[in-house]
Amino acid sequence: MIENRPITTFVSHSVLIIGVALIVFPIWIMIVASTHDALRLTQVPLPLLPGDQLWTNLKSLFEEKDFGTPIHLTVFNSLVMALMISVGKISISVLSAFAIVYFKFRFRMFFFWMIFITLMLPVEVRILPTYEVVANFNMLDSYWGLSIPLIASATATFMFRQTFLTIPDELMEASRIDGASPMRFFFDVVIPMSRTNIAALFVILFIYGWNQYLWPLLITTDPDMYTAVMSIKQMLESGEGEPQWHLIMLTALIAMLPPILVVIFMQKVFVKGLTDSEK
Amino acid sequence: MLKKSLIAASISAVLISSSLSAAVEVNWWHAMGGTNTERVNKIASDFNASQSDYKINAVYKGNYTETMTAAIAAFRAKKQPHIVQVFEVGTATMMAAKGAVYPIEQVMKDSGVKLDKSDYLPAVISYYQTSDGELLSMPFNSSTPVLWYNRDAFEKAGVSGVPKTWDDVSSAAKKLVGSGMKCGIAVGYQSWGLIENYSAWNNISLGTKENGYAGLDTELTFNNKHVVANLQRLADMQEDGSFAYGGRRGESLAMFTSGECGMWINSSAYYGSIKGQAKFDYAQTMMPYDSTVTDAPQNSIIGGATLWTLRGHTKDEYKGVAEFMQYLSSTEVQAWWHQETGYVPITKAAHQLSKEQGFYDKNPGTDTAIMQLSLNQPNENSRGLRFGNFVQIRDIVNAEMEMIWNKSKTAQQAMDDAVAQSNKLLRKFEKANK
Amino acid sequence: MLKRVHYRSSYLPYLLVAPQIIITILFFIWPAGQALYQSFLLEDAFGLSSEFVWFDNFIELYENPNYLNSFARTGFFSVAVASLSMSFALFFAALADRVIKGSHTYRTLLIIPYAVAPVLAGTLWLFLFNPTLGIITYFLDAFGIDWNHKLNSSQAMGLVILAAAWKQISYNFLFFIAAMHSIPKSLIEASAIDGAGPVHRFFTIILPLISPTTFFLLVVNIIYAFFDTFGIIHAITAGGPGNSTEILVYKVYNDGFVGLDLGGSAAQSVILMFIVVMLTVVQFKYVERKVQY
Repeated sequence: MIENRPITTFVSHSVLIIGVALIVFPIWIMIVASTHDALRLTQVPLPLLPGDQLWTNLKSLFEEKDFGTPIHLTVFNSLVMALMISVGKISISVLSAFAIVYFKFRFRMFFFWMIFITLMLPVEVRILPTYEVVANFNMLDSYWGLSIPLIASATATFMFRQTFLTIPDELMEASRIDGASPMRFFFDVVIPMSRTNIAALFVILFIYGWNQYLWPLLITTDPDMYTAVMSIKQMLESGEGEPQWHLIMLTALIAMLPPILVVIFMQKVFVKGLTDSEK
Repeated sequence: MLKKSLIAASISAVLISSSLSAAVEVNWWHAMGGTNTERVNKIASDFNASQSDYKINAVYKGNYTETMTAAIAAFRAKKQPHIVQVFEVGTATMMAAKGAVYPIEQVMKDSGVKLDKSDYLPAVISYYQTSDGELLSMPFNSSTPVLWYNRDAFEKAGVSGVPKTWDDVSSAAKKLVGSGMKCGIAVGYQSWGLIENYSAWNNISLGTKENGYAGLDTELTFNNKHVVANLQRLADMQEDGSFAYGGRRGESLAMFTSGECGMWINSSAYYGSIKGQAKFDYAQTMMPYDSTVTDAPQNSIIGGATLWTLRGHTKDEYKGVAEFMQYLSSTEVQAWWHQETGYVPITKAAHQLSKEQGFYDKNPGTDTAIMQLSLNQPNENSRGLRFGNFVQIRDIVNAEMEMIWNKSKTAQQAMDDAVAQSNKLLRKFEKANK
Repeated sequence: MLKRVHYRSSYLPYLLVAPQIIITILFFIWPAGQALYQSFLLEDAFGLSSEFVWFDNFIELYENPNYLNSFARTGFFSVAVASLSMSFALFFAALADRVIKGSHTYRTLLIIPYAVAPVLAGTLWLFLFNPTLGIITYFLDAFGIDWNHKLNSSQAMGLVILAAAWKQISYNFLFFIAAMHSIPKSLIEASAIDGAGPVHRFFTIILPLISPTTFFLLVVNIIYAFFDTFGIIHAITAGGPGNSTEILVYKVYNDGFVGLDLGGSAAQSVILMFIVVMLTVVQFKYVERKVQY
């Protein structure tokens, strides 16, 4: 704390608590819904407080044998896909952003815009031709097919560009005077200085990968390759049957656990970044 | 290269099946989510257990649109499944793709598996037949809109008798509101119920050229005075709440089951959901007909989805498809499917068996849909619809109907606009499928 | 670009951008090129017959009044979503950056909405605002507000904006807070010693120093609102009532993916891409000048 202003701190906390409560309210309702039975969720007014059906719901979720792919397998697939996408995106973006910011070379702007333009069309809109490419590479029903086509990332490249631009030029000059190679500078200075941003980006991209739906749906036909989000959607699409809200919300909450763990884990990196910058 | 691998795959498939006598695999992409996934898996695994030559792989590929798009994407990349489930509004698209689909009647004939069309309920298969009577796809999950009503509320409001006409519905709705209910009637899948089935049930055409069966140069005509007058009546009924709009899809279910509305027009397949949620005495009856148009209703048309066979596989595999279709149509499987899901059975025998098993006595009203579908021999107004780009046409109709409900347009204006926009899409479809 | 000094190497930069460029070409440029070509075709869904029709697909759009109306609607929607989610996120980030106690908890909680699967996000808001069952509708009713987004166009628009902005708040919050963390504490301390209050410090030190991130988020949010919101709209309103929530990308998705009109949908994507590329160029040319690197 820079200075001690109890009143400002108090106000900050109150506003934060109210804001967080509003933002998290829909999640709270998910938790509430997952602890009631199906019938209760069709009666007005809907409950605001958790019920006592959590255990029953959990049991019916895990005992549902012929529902398709077992939940531990879908969670594993999602995990592999999310990790491949987030690690892949970060690695190729950090390299290309480094080249674009720190080097002068022909076609630099051309490359930047070429990467940037991939932001402009979500995969859903160009899905048929993209599917054809993946099918021609024989990548259907594989982790490669699930992740590689989604790895090109304008967002991450753009973000790293923004971060690198804030790194003082003097650092690069100093490193050059020391006779360090560009890659040396990259690993010794650029990466450590971008750590908080890498952490933030990892959280975002992990969740992005984790939550992919349409792409895995199209390119997998082997139920053993199904992801967690696909099984939530499958439960939602109940046709004339009323959706089983209690089970849907419970599955959704379980599917949110790994991303939340990533968030909590990354908090540690944040704190580390914080203390570093206080040096 | 792809061809080569296809050939190689088929050769190896033949080799394997002859030498090791392992099962020929047949892929079936379906759109049955929720608890129906389990039922589909059961059908597939029961079939696999019943014989050893073929193995059906039932794969869930998302909702109807996702499944259809997935199959089309796969077809374009030559990775298509053998069987794909397509909703009824996709029928014209599938039918027009002559090089892609293998008519099921042809599949059965080429494989030497018996198919007697007279075993099937006429109103169920007529939607998927050509004008010459060839069956293109196998009906799987079918239903039709019926009138659901709240018996307790009827009694409280002093409504005597079951509404048969739209006049009856209107006066019952007024009484329900008078007795303190928030709304009289709501409708799910409004375009299907209030326009498509309204037309078939009252024996008027929805478009020219036998509702599209006789040619791609068809035009929609549902801006006629009957449809318009009925929609205007509903719009006027909104004033005192005797009609309330509850969304484009089936979400108005909650309005009925929570006791907000005393009547609801939507698919007969909601039986299970209503049974699970309604805390009152409910019943279903046939859709109301319009006494200003007819004194005797015709028959309603079905909704739901059918199983299409796609080209590009081996003869052996198609034999498996044919065997599976025969199994699927068998009386026991159909009766089970019908009783479990609330969808109508596709064969007369399955209906008969359900009757003998006492299913309709135990679950009164569950044969309403079948009776309504087979009230008369389907004619050119009531056997089905064959309009291209129909998914978007329904969107247009829904948007225009909402403009009636929120009073931005009169019923006549809205229907005129809907027809004009839809006919443009029909022309585009005609041009693309020459 | 914006650095005063650069490395010089004949091969290294190409090597560094190569993985990104190869994947972009294979899985983006090539398919997008096909989509571009498709916008000049009239084709059936299975691709069995196709005809080159020049600009017919574009002319058809130009003649469709509903399509033209959705430009203004899209603009309003995008600005509303971007400004709503960015301002809330910035506000919370500034507060969360200040407090020490519980900052972990605040941060974790504020990031959670992003973890909700997009396929569920729309449905979740529908669940809350369902005119019959929804819990929020129930409370609004108690305040005399009759909520029915199925008939009321402004309520429908409000709901999709709210849902779309909610989904993006966490994202913005996370990057704002990361940016604030990388500001050297010494700068802020120095200013505090000079007697600047927290609000003053926020506007004179923090805000200018995070401007590269703000610029990044502005671009990303506009693109998000333009392109990534059709799932939410599909789940909540399906474009209704009438066409009042039909924004451009929803129509691309609905005509192409749902309606299988590939040529018409491709033509719309081309127009949409053109608009956003223009918008981005403008942002880079004019807005970026105000950014302090």
